[in-house]
Amino acid sequence: MLTCKQASQLVSQSLDRPLSWSERVQLRFHLFICKACNRFKQQLNQLRIAIQQLKNETVHNQTIQLPTDAKTRILHAIEID
Amino acid sequence: MISNVNDWLNDHGDYLYRFALARLRDPHLAEDAVQETMLSAIKSNSFEGNSSARTWLTGILKHKMIDLQRKQFREQSISDLIDLDATDTSMDDFFDQSGHWLDKPQTFNMPDNTLEQKQFLSVLDNCINKLPKKLKSIFMLRDVHETDNENICKELDISATNAWVMLYRARMGLRKCLELNWTGA
Ligand SMILES: [Zn+2]
Repeated sequence: MLTCKQASQLVSQSLDRPLSWSERVQLRFHLFICKACNRFKQQLNQLRIAIQQLKNETVHNQTIQLPTDAKTRILHAIEID
Repeated sequence: MISNVNDWLNDHGDYLYRFALARLRDPHLAEDAVQETMLSAIKSNSFEGNSSARTWLTGILKHKMIDLQRKQFREQSISDLIDLDATDTSMDDFFDQSGHWLDKPQTFNMPDNTLEQKQFLSVLDNCINKLPKKLKSIFMLRDVHETDNENICKELDISATNAWVMLYRARMGLRKCLELNWTGA
């Protein structure tokens, strides 16, 4: 029987590697009976979605511009390079 | 040469900066990434008229951002050792000795309008920047640049297990930070 600590590690690792058959079975069983770890899994999903939204928001935000002084610094750095 | 750079910055500077900021979440690093891209661009003659200058520059930028993340990851190794041993899986802040949650995860009240969404994303941005630098760089590489694990291990010169542990810690910290700082509107 997995502890919540082990279950949460597997939830996170499932985003990075395929879990083994036995890990999947154990995790599914744990999630079936444990509300807290289910919430953790949900939180990680929400986090993933939010990260994409944050990325898109910045990319499309036309008010964010390369600062003028940054441009000057870059041109200067290239001149002396 | 310098006039090329001037043109590139005028035509694509804002776009490249936003592209970098979206993935690095740090204005100084984003500026560095744009600068490195320009330096690289004038030194290489690889630009062929058949792709757009923007596509070409963005391609260079992607490599420069990964270089910067790797540098961040390495530079921080000494100071991070104090509060972060990547091999330490104890997670004492989150679990008791028998592996039970100390504070059970809560449901986030996800934003349901534009204003809330803006606030939520700004809380998330702050949380990302509160992560220890090492964790931030590996998290950004994995979950923002969407680099696969094999390449992360290669770029950062760490084992797969190490990468999983650090990503776990980063995600664990971020969700906790959101729990503490995002109460919904
Ligand atoms: Zn559990």
